[in-house]
Amino acid sequence: MSLRHDIVIVGGGGAGLRAAIAIAETDPSLSVAVVSKVYPMRSHTVAAEGGAAAVVKENDSFDDHFKDTVGGSDWLADQDAVELFVETAPAEMIQLEHWGCPWSREPDGSVAVRPFGGMNIERTWFADDKTGFHMLHALYQTSLKYSPITAYNEWFATKVLVENGRCQGVAALDLMTGKVETVLAGAVIMCTGGAGKLFPFTTNGAIKTGDGMAMAYRVGVGLKDMEFIQYHPTGLPGTGILITEAARGEGGIMVNKDGYRYLQDYDLGTPLEITDPNHPVKKSMELGPRDRLSQAFIKERDKGGTIATDHGPVVYLDIRHLGKKTINKKLPFVRELAKNYAGIDPVYVPIPVRPVVHYIMGGIDTDINGATQLPGLFAAGETACVSINGANRLGSNSLTELLVFGARAGEAAAAFATANADLDVAALEAQGADEQQRIARDFINKHGGTERIATLRREMQETMEDGGGIYRTEATLRATSEKLVELRERFANLLIEDRSLTFNTELTSALELDFMLDLALAVAHSGLARTESRGSHQRTDYPQRDDANFLKHSLAFKTEDGVRIDYKDVVITKWPPEERVYGRQAN
Amino acid sequence: MAQTIELEIFRYRPEQESEPTLQSYEVPYNEEWVVLDAINYIKDEIDGTLSYRWSCRMGVCGSCGMMVNGVPRLTCAAFLKEYYPRKILVEPLDGFPVERDLVTDMDMFVAKLTSVSPWIIRNEGEEKPLEEGTYLQSPGELAEYKHYSMCINCMLCYAACPVFALDTNFLGPAAIAIGQRYNMDSRDQGRDQRQEVIASHDGIWHCTLVGECSTVCPKDVDPAGAIQRAKLSSTTDYFKDLLMPWGRRT
Repeated sequence: MSLRHDIVIVGGGGAGLRAAIAIAETDPSLSVAVVSKVYPMRSHTVAAEGGAAAVVKENDSFDDHFKDTVGGSDWLADQDAVELFVETAPAEMIQLEHWGCPWSREPDGSVAVRPFGGMNIERTWFADDKTGFHMLHALYQTSLKYSPITAYNEWFATKVLVENGRCQGVAALDLMTGKVETVLAGAVIMCTGGAGKLFPFTTNGAIKTGDGMAMAYRVGVGLKDMEFIQYHPTGLPGTGILITEAARGEGGIMVNKDGYRYLQDYDLGTPLEITDPNHPVKKSMELGPRDRLSQAFIKERDKGGTIATDHGPVVYLDIRHLGKKTINKKLPFVRELAKNYAGIDPVYVPIPVRPVVHYIMGGIDTDINGATQLPGLFAAGETACVSINGANRLGSNSLTELLVFGARAGEAAAAFATANADLDVAALEAQGADEQQRIARDFINKHGGTERIATLRREMQETMEDGGGIYRTEATLRATSEKLVELRERFANLLIEDRSLTFNTELTSALELDFMLDLALAVAHSGLARTESRGSHQRTDYPQRDDANFLKHSLAFKTEDGVRIDYKDVVITKWPPEERVYGRQAN
Repeated sequence: MAQTIELEIFRYRPEQESEPTLQSYEVPYNEEWVVLDAINYIKDEIDGTLSYRWSCRMGVCGSCGMMVNGVPRLTCAAFLKEYYPRKILVEPLDGFPVERDLVTDMDMFVAKLTSVSPWIIRNEGEEKPLEEGTYLQSPGELAEYKHYSMCINCMLCYAACPVFALDTNFLGPAAIAIGQRYNMDSRDQGRDQRQEVIASHDGIWHCTLVGECSTVCPKDVDPAGAIQRAKLSSTTDYFKDLLMPWGRRT
């Protein structure tokens, strides 16, 4: 038995829902399944705070958005994709406004925008500092309008089904029954988000375990640019809860233990007084890009400028000078989070912060339509790598990305599914049955193991931070790779205690860890092979950017013996690589 | 010996147990921890068979609502220090069927939410084309519905609602607040369409105005206020229809 739809979308976050609506609007006769391991409104899009970028102001232009994005990416973004992205962004944002997103407004009723890091003109649309939350709920509630969309909530996809060289569906575990169901379709779109849980200290929710990337990787699809992990410079120590970049966009400053604005020592410009009407200066100091700010933190720590706490070294993000009124109006969530989880009120006290894993620039290799190399398999959102983000994503481009490329992937998948409606049903159902048996044999009925899931997961996260953190070397990445191989061996000896078929979260934790161990190794090997420093990938043994050899995307493929790394050229349409400068030109 | 705290947790696995039981666990006491951290500690280090939902751990995904010592709470926002040294009793949210352990049935809510048509409705032919840009909405118009749009669907209000406890057909606080969120949105023209559900017997008129929903709401959505306003507008409609049956509602 199997379920049949025209398109299956895995993941019900921003990208998945945008894709679903795009299909329903393109051709209402197509039936769409949204298979999600959580109820869609729990998806991690919900946690995005600061905003979504799209050109709207008179003095802004597509070219400016393009340049900020390409420069921010350290020239690793594909310029054809970035051009398309910036040109499509405004219509997508307007569409979301028509669907009810409560964007913050100017007094005249027009949509308000604010500046973000690495941006030369303010173009970030926001809904207070809960932008992702509002976007996700607007998309989810709007999606309920379309009867061709069927939600399979709390169904955990475990495998991409390939037959005759085409992706024709997924196998998914219905968490309530424990049964593996075969969901067939002419096209599948992966929208499963990122993989922050590869690391110990992350802004990402528990569900962000890279499932879709791993599923695609296991059927031979390349993972692109996996070595590029974004550390956001301002996470709360201990919990890793994000304090949005909007806090700096509104004028917040970063200071060291002496109250000194230390970013000026790291080639990010010269600070203006906070009372200066021109503060904050765009693309300078606190409004530099995330990779450079996180790297500056490590250098400042090594210099002895950070403050020691029980949760490791921190610096301060100071927004006191904005005043209570502005903080309540524009950054209410920052205040709520700092009060609840750091025990301080940022109206009166600076917020302790440190860099925290936030986003993975890499992902499933797709073209600008979201198509992968495997016919019938598409991907969009953080799980995909188009790439508009290259070596460092610009703040507030990711929410826009999931709209632009979610919609495009939906349209492309609809066209593909319409042209490829015949499926190899019997063979696919047999694959589904095999998957049910695999999960029963390797997990639910597995006896005699001794390794706790949490222990292996913690050791994986620690070795990723040790070897694949903000600064890396051949030695650290090699040690991490070796450790990951050891963890993979120990995974075979996993302890399983839960035999229940009803909402078995020990099983899902084990499946997630299984996925993450594959991805972690892809990250480590991609990082080992890239012997240069670019954007978020900083090799202290190769500190320079090397365009002659590495103006290329890396592609990681899963093989019998581990990981094979290949490369493909970056698309340059109009802006050849230059030196990446922040602060200097702004002053 | 470091300090510890006891958690007593509701357990129920339908295939193995005919009745729910309470299981006690002793976990390290860390005053920075929330109840969810303690539950995660149990799952990771003591008993992998405990099932519950969670994700963001920052009070915005809405997954981790449970009864904590009898009160509906987001467990990621309920600190151990609020209870220590007393024992903490953790149970699934009241009013919903329990699927397993701390996991309750959510489908009921999705059906209620869908029934209020929670999307922007425009009159036929009055949809603004994308090329014409965004709708204008003043900060004042935004403020009319903004707090109702803050609902994270955590279900705490249902667990606190005495009407829902007696009759699960009641549309309930969150769904009504979200319906009202669209009714009050200056871009929306769908109030009449929603009235059928919101002003029905299972809708606002079922509410007895106890106000517990607004007390437990972690996001200050004030569903009780939304219900009040909806009742007021419905009553106005009623009298308008009565007095001016020829007139259109505005």
